[in-house]
Amino acid sequence: MESSRLPRHAPKQRVNLLERVGLAGMDGWLAFSALGLIACSLFTLYEASNTVIAGAPQEYVQRQALYGLVGIIGMIAVSRIDYSRFRELRVGIYTFLCASIFAVFTFGVAARGSTNQLELPFFTFQPAELGKLLLILALAGFVIDGARRGSEGQRTIRILALGLLPTGLVLLQDLGTSLVFAAITFAIMVAAGVRWLHLAAIGAVLAVFVAVVLVALPAAGHPVLKEYQTERLTSFLSPSSDIGDAGYQQNQAKVGIGAGGTTGRGNQATQSRFGFVPERHTDFIFAVVAERYGFVGAALVLSLFALLFWRALRLMTLSKNFYGTLVAAGIATAIIFQVFVNVGMNLGIMPITGIPLPLMSYGGSAIISTFLMIGVLQSIHIESHAAQRNPWIN
Amino acid sequence: MVIGSIGLIMLGVLFFRLWSLQIVTGDKYLAEANQNRTREVRVPAPRGRILDRDGDVLVDNRTSMALQLDPIEIPSSVAERRALYARIGKVLGHSADWVRKKVYETKKNDPPGSPITLDQDVDDDIVYYLQEHQAEFPEVQVNRIFVRKYPQGLLAAHILGSVGEVTAEDLEKNPDKDLGAGDTLGKTGVEQTYDDVLRGKPGDTRLQVDSTGKVLSQLPSTLPEPGQSVRLSIDEKVQEAGESSLQSVGLPGAFVALDVNNGQVLGLASNPTFDPDIFTHPLTQKQVDALYDENNGAPLFDRAIGGQYAVGSTFKPFTALAALDGGYITPDEVVNDTGTITIADQEFDNAGKEAHGPVDLRRALEVSSDVYFYKLGAEMNGSRQLQDWAGDFGFGKATGIDIPGESEGLVPTPKWLNEAHKEQPEYYDPWVIGQNIQLAIGQGYLQASPLQLAVAYAALGNGGTVLKPQLMLQTEDAAGRVKSEAEPQVAGQIPIDPSARQVIMEGLHDAAQAPEGTSYKVFGGFPVKVAGKTGTAERANETDQAWYAVLAPYPNPKIAVVATVEEGGFGADTAAPVALQVLQAYFGKEAHAVSGGTGSVE
Repeated sequence: MESSRLPRHAPKQRVNLLERVGLAGMDGWLAFSALGLIACSLFTLYEASNTVIAGAPQEYVQRQALYGLVGIIGMIAVSRIDYSRFRELRVGIYTFLCASIFAVFTFGVAARGSTNQLELPFFTFQPAELGKLLLILALAGFVIDGARRGSEGQRTIRILALGLLPTGLVLLQDLGTSLVFAAITFAIMVAAGVRWLHLAAIGAVLAVFVAVVLVALPAAGHPVLKEYQTERLTSFLSPSSDIGDAGYQQNQAKVGIGAGGTTGRGNQATQSRFGFVPERHTDFIFAVVAERYGFVGAALVLSLFALLFWRALRLMTLSKNFYGTLVAAGIATAIIFQVFVNVGMNLGIMPITGIPLPLMSYGGSAIISTFLMIGVLQSIHIESHAAQRNPWIN
Repeated sequence: MVIGSIGLIMLGVLFFRLWSLQIVTGDKYLAEANQNRTREVRVPAPRGRILDRDGDVLVDNRTSMALQLDPIEIPSSVAERRALYARIGKVLGHSADWVRKKVYETKKNDPPGSPITLDQDVDDDIVYYLQEHQAEFPEVQVNRIFVRKYPQGLLAAHILGSVGEVTAEDLEKNPDKDLGAGDTLGKTGVEQTYDDVLRGKPGDTRLQVDSTGKVLSQLPSTLPEPGQSVRLSIDEKVQEAGESSLQSVGLPGAFVALDVNNGQVLGLASNPTFDPDIFTHPLTQKQVDALYDENNGAPLFDRAIGGQYAVGSTFKPFTALAALDGGYITPDEVVNDTGTITIADQEFDNAGKEAHGPVDLRRALEVSSDVYFYKLGAEMNGSRQLQDWAGDFGFGKATGIDIPGESEGLVPTPKWLNEAHKEQPEYYDPWVIGQNIQLAIGQGYLQASPLQLAVAYAALGNGGTVLKPQLMLQTEDAAGRVKSEAEPQVAGQIPIDPSARQVIMEGLHDAAQAPEGTSYKVFGGFPVKVAGKTGTAERANETDQAWYAVLAPYPNPKIAVVATVEEGGFGADTAAPVALQVLQAYFGKEAHAVSGGTGSVE
């Protein structure tokens, strides 16, 4: 190599230092957006949640900071792994995914009307949060794997079936997360180039299914959804003034956001401060941001998500292989879908589904899992640069 | 890229919605949020007191700790509601069903938003428990409310009346009264008539609350304005004497004492009576039934103003005035009373067919000769003379006293009876001369309340001025400064010939205090000169009703007293002693016992 003949004090040493801490080749904008969002989350929690737990004013901030730290370390660690390895592990990942979700049925503990988490020694773990990433990695692998087998229709059905199994399992525990699973499945199918005709057919079947679940079966006296689920899903259509009603809480969040105005109300933010806004550290943290810091603050958060989304999309084209493209598509969709549903719920244009806002809502499983997703994206980025430098690696 | 464009659209939607909420309609939401933070609480104003004419307190306030449920906080889900009721019930020592019924009853009657009072006069230990466990019971508030207190016990219960919480109907009926849910309103008696004066103005306090309703702090508020006091013309001694003597008789009855010169009510009571304190607690159905129970004398019914009775011989002075005015008799004209008289083939008797011999008007009143007045009734039949005079004295129409519940009474006329006959031939026969003969001695279809009779006697006593009886003397603010004073109100003026009145007053004086007078045994030993008339009204299938009407002092009376006892027999036996007790209390003088006299019969 020619480079070995360069003097020892060449600038190359600086690159080596960056490589040593594992940051070399990372997408800086992607990292910036993710770190910016977790910083916004910590700042908001610091200012707004200090009355939530009596006697432990900064409990949420401290724990969220810990989750963020673990997540960032996880992100760096994952970025160092060549994501293509996950393709080889697809069967194992898929099995673990289904098993961990299934484990909730047996060992799960209930929280907020859903049983979707496992009690671990230091940590309550929600398998479905990590499951989002696992599904992306496995499903993309299966797509590549089966790309040359069977007819187009068979391939479509295969992906669909593999995606819907965990989606269905999660549906039994947590409606919101299962919607994310479905969105991921859909996005990977789109990115995999499934024919539009097939997608349209799936859409039609889905529409019929939803109609049956939401309208026909309850009318026939066999409600599929629990009462609280139906109430949450439909309440945004008719904001209610009845305290204790899901629609009332959503309306209060909307009032809080509206009251934030252009520059926010700071410590005068009564809606979030006096508890009119429910779940202000988790599902409705966006309403807190919007009320306290106004359009300026809320738009900043949305802009960071837009940046993150753009960088993820960009990786679909930069990726050194099609697996990377599919994974990037899945992750980009998972994040933007959650943002849309959660912020939409805060803004009163989407139903209450209990989907957290990525990197903002308090919660260890979601924070760490999302950072791991970013880590995979970074890996795609690093690998794409490496591939450009050395086309023979892959 | 499909995913890219979908994502962009999603972000676009969010941005647009955020912009529209915060920038476009932000002000509206800001106002809503500011309002959200505070809760307006109506602070009840203490109601004005009710005093007697000397300033002694008849109705006062006390505070009570009431356990109230905020209707907004009641969960909409049935299961949660049941759980809440069970929790509250447990604290109060009742079942969940008991709480549910309370809530249901209140919600049924009260306007939306009224606090639901589950219990009042809650024990201290429950109050402390709830204050310590406020976080567990955000729906429940322990509020200090004002409750009526009656320092004089049962005294003047019918006059004072009761208060109650505003109902939806009250709100609808009184849009101009500035009533709010949870306010207290006078429902009967003086409390109702002078509600506007007594009620005061509730204050508002604004509380800063969180979404669970927990109070964080109190914001500046408007203080409640206490209601004004109402001073009544009631003389406590007179009232007390009348009530206790009625009670000692032990039969349903009533008494009224009026100031002859200005119509002020000095005393007014109905027996049996009730404890007004009963209305400060939620009533059970059993209590309600007892208050209306006829067999128990219907204690809630105010006979003094609502009773409709034939008044018997107490009516005779008005018959006499009508006949004198119409020229049917002269004062000195003598009629031979043989104890019975036959008119139009029908025999009319004195009580016990007792013959009084030749009687002139004075004598006829003194011994209460029915035959004398039968004759007058017969002579006046065919004209409206008797009916017109009765009407002028206020019979047959409401007196206008300032408490609700008055009856109009009835002065029968041929026109009225013939029409009644046409409509209900099975109940009414057509008018015959006998009707006018009965009317002349206060019998037949004549119906009057004790109050109407008292107003008529007062007019006789003051020379012909029919006064509107009034209970309210003046209104006073909390410091006792007079805010307004009641003026005597004249309902009518009767042109009574003074000499005719003189004759009648003499006859009534003799009836009360001449040895042969009908009530001599009661009033003969009373040191104050009086003019009084007994009455014994026949009641179908019942013992006679006793009446007594008296003016004192004779000949220039200041007070008119009417007493009646249902099924009390002869007027002198039961009603006259009640009137005597009242006059003794009024004048502060005792009657001594007298012997002799013939006046137990009329």
